[in-house]
Amino acid sequence: MSEHRHSPECKEIFALLSQYLDLELPADACRAIEEHIKDCPPCIEFAESLRKTVDLCRHYSTSEVQSPLSEEARSELEAAYRKMLKSRE
Amino acid sequence: MLAQDLLNGEPGAFDRFVEYFRSRIFNYSWLMCGQREDAEEVAQEALLRVFEKFSELRDPERVRPWVFRIAKNACLTKRRRSLFAPSTSQEVSLDSLIPARNGQDGAVRLEIADWSRLPEDQVLQAEMHKELRQAIRDLPDLYRPVILLRDMEDLSTEETAQILDVSEDVVKTRLHRARLMLRRQLDARLRVHEGK
Repeated sequence: MSEHRHSPECKEIFALLSQYLDLELPADACRAIEEHIKDCPPCIEFAESLRKTVDLCRHYSTSEVQSPLSEEARSELEAAYRKMLKSRE
Repeated sequence: MLAQDLLNGEPGAFDRFVEYFRSRIFNYSWLMCGQREDAEEVAQEALLRVFEKFSELRDPERVRPWVFRIAKNACLTKRRRSLFAPSTSQEVSLDSLIPARNGQDGAVRLEIADWSRLPEDQVLQAEMHKELRQAIRDLPDLYRPVILLRDMEDLSTEETAQILDVSEDVVKTRLHRARLMLRRQLDARLRVHEGK
């Protein structure tokens, strides 16, 4: 891991990283972060690990297989749907 | 489109709608409630409620946040009924999530794993997904729904705020802390993997 002096600026960036990754920060704040991290390997490394965490969440698919919808449950839902359609006529 | 087709009584719209939302509500509820049976029940109860209240949906384009608001409430009801449902509600401080450091004279090393192999290593990816599922379940209650809605269901900050009845700033704060908590747990798993 890189040698790193832990500056107050690193801590400020640490607090804003999600908004930076989500493109929710104003342009000047983004520029300030980019200006800092280009010379701060630990911040780059940390930001990258957070970005990969978000990627894993976005590509997560459950391994748990859901039970098929039973005929009884489907009928109950369909009855509620038909009732809703009828109420709109 | 899905909601408008349903409102118009288009052929097949009912089955498409149920198929699309049933699995999503199940996944959300399973990670929220922690029990498969509860998640199955929540998915059915929430969908039933959706059809009963469908006429109240003002904007069919916003059907996803509307459905997830109903699903969230169904989950809360289910958890309230369960005597043993874990409930934690305290906020987590940002400082507690800063990675550990070591070093001397102000020169420090951040103690984090090497994440660079992750995209290529399929075995590691599978392990991380398993770890992620557990890490999400371990999140305090305040943080779990934010991750599920923002990062897994890809709802916007505004939609998530409406579903959870909190401000957008609260969503941003909790999302960041939730991600940091997940990152920390995944990082620990990677470090174990590096030590193998």
